[in-house]
Amino acid sequence: MITKKEVQHVAKLARLGLSEKEIEKRQKELSVILEYIDLLKEVDVSEIKPTFHSVLIENVMREDEAKRESPQIINKLLDEAPSKEEGYVKVKEILK
Amino acid sequence: MEVEFLTISKIHQGLLKKEFSAEELTKAYLEKIKSNEEKLGAFLEVCEDLALSQAREVDELIFQGREIPLLVGVPCAIKDNILVEGVKCTAGSKILENYVAPYDATCIKKLKKEKVVILGKTNLDEFAMGSSTEHSAFKITRNPHDLEKVAGGSSGGSAAAVGGGECCFSLGSDTGGSIRQPAAFCGVVGLKPTYGAVSRYGLIAFASSLDQIGPITKNVEDCEIVFNAIKGKDPRDSTSVELKPNSQSLNSKFQISKIRIGVPKEYFTEGIEPEVRKVIDGAIKKVEKEGAKIEEISLPHTKYALACYYIVATSEASANLARYDGIRYGMSYEISNLKSQISNLMDVYLKTRGEGFGQEVKRRIMLGTYALCAGYYEAYYLRAQKVRTLIKQDFEKNFEKVDFIFTPVSPFLPFKIGEKIDDPLKMYLSDIFTVSSNLAGLPALSLPCGKVGVLPVGVQIIGKPFSEPAIFQLGKFLEKIFGK
Repeated sequence: MITKKEVQHVAKLARLGLSEKEIEKRQKELSVILEYIDLLKEVDVSEIKPTFHSVLIENVMREDEAKRESPQIINKLLDEAPSKEEGYVKVKEILK
Repeated sequence: MEVEFLTISKIHQGLLKKEFSAEELTKAYLEKIKSNEEKLGAFLEVCEDLALSQAREVDELIFQGREIPLLVGVPCAIKDNILVEGVKCTAGSKILENYVAPYDATCIKKLKKEKVVILGKTNLDEFAMGSSTEHSAFKITRNPHDLEKVAGGSSGGSAAAVGGGECCFSLGSDTGGSIRQPAAFCGVVGLKPTYGAVSRYGLIAFASSLDQIGPITKNVEDCEIVFNAIKGKDPRDSTSVELKPNSQSLNSKFQISKIRIGVPKEYFTEGIEPEVRKVIDGAIKKVEKEGAKIEEISLPHTKYALACYYIVATSEASANLARYDGIRYGMSYEISNLKSQISNLMDVYLKTRGEGFGQEVKRRIMLGTYALCAGYYEAYYLRAQKVRTLIKQDFEKNFEKVDFIFTPVSPFLPFKIGEKIDDPLKMYLSDIFTVSSNLAGLPALSLPCGKVGVLPVGVQIIGKPFSEPAIFQLGKFLEKIFGK
């Protein structure tokens, strides 16, 4: 069983603001799911290499060139930002 | 005009013979959507203006007497996690409710080059996480064969739109069964291509090593046409690869008697509904009667596939969904709640993500974050990736002696709306027969093969990597037999 403290820790790592009620709900659900996932512990994987990608691809290289997008595209992307000022994305102060 | 049964080739013939114009055709589909949508709920947005302007362009080409390829003027629908420039793309989430796609996904660029008509964007489980489309933040999509039942998911809107005759074909995405299961539930054809066959550029990422875009269609021929239009290497997705022309294709003269089909015994044990099993058994018997060699095989690690999948998929999702920060795009809690007093950046993140994501998405982000945590990484994530190797090897060994593997798509029939929504693990079991092909990167086709009452049942045909041409060849043969 995953503890309440662990759930709170994971929520903070994941940057999810959860209510007290949600924390409790997640604790129950995650415990059930993790219990099911414990099934994996019965597999002997001592000699097995992990598969991170199913289709083998060699490193794909390209020139490291900076490509300038058109002002229209830049504006379009900036327009998606919830808060902006003078052509910049506005963020809360992080340095005092 | 009756649009419900139109296929790509019928539309093409109709346009060539001038039985209807592209505009008339598009209007007929838009009418169908208008009259049907209230009960079906397949679409999140209908792009009437875009569709009509694309249709008029097609009519102009026809008027000029230009030669028109097969897909020209064919009305389609796109899952709302695939970007279409200038059209909203929500991924079924509140956090992207007002996000307008600034560019086209590569598969959309390719379809636009073929001059298809885009009717709109279809409903999905939020960020494609779910098996019933009930996890959409906006609406529930119903099964066109029984409105009390789910359409499946996560591409439920795309499958219901094709099954309900609201478009000729659609695109979906499949991370653990999200094309195949809804296709089976809605009685249509769905393909999850080999990993890398179709570019993922412009697909809102869920689990990057598993995600693939694929077609949902009325028949196998249409599936092949759409797949051929969207496949191919794309410099913007470095995991995409070029399929060699006719690679892995069977001999040009297709002979069912030369086909060896493996049926894994692990897929026919616990958990499968007896009625579903009966239909699948019957379908396999029909194929055997036609002369195919049916062999019982074993995929011994099947039992672990679902647990393995839920660690790999949620881990990748927790990283992919970190980008929704309330700053660069999408919803910001601070902006949508001007009276809120948020003083620091951490609270912008916590509030935006806590409010913007739905229950299932939060559940999966947390599971993935947990599995990647220091101290748990080896026990969960790394172990799952090793089990994945064993699952992949099971397939490789068997594909030395068989050409295809047949399994059910789903262990059960389309279920009642609301039936599994409160039990995440029960919902996850919907994917038990489909996740393995994503983990192993294999192509898999969901093909209708019978019914229980009004509810369709689908058989899954899994092939070797990049064997799509052979799967289509077999699929076209099978749909004639299953139709009998």
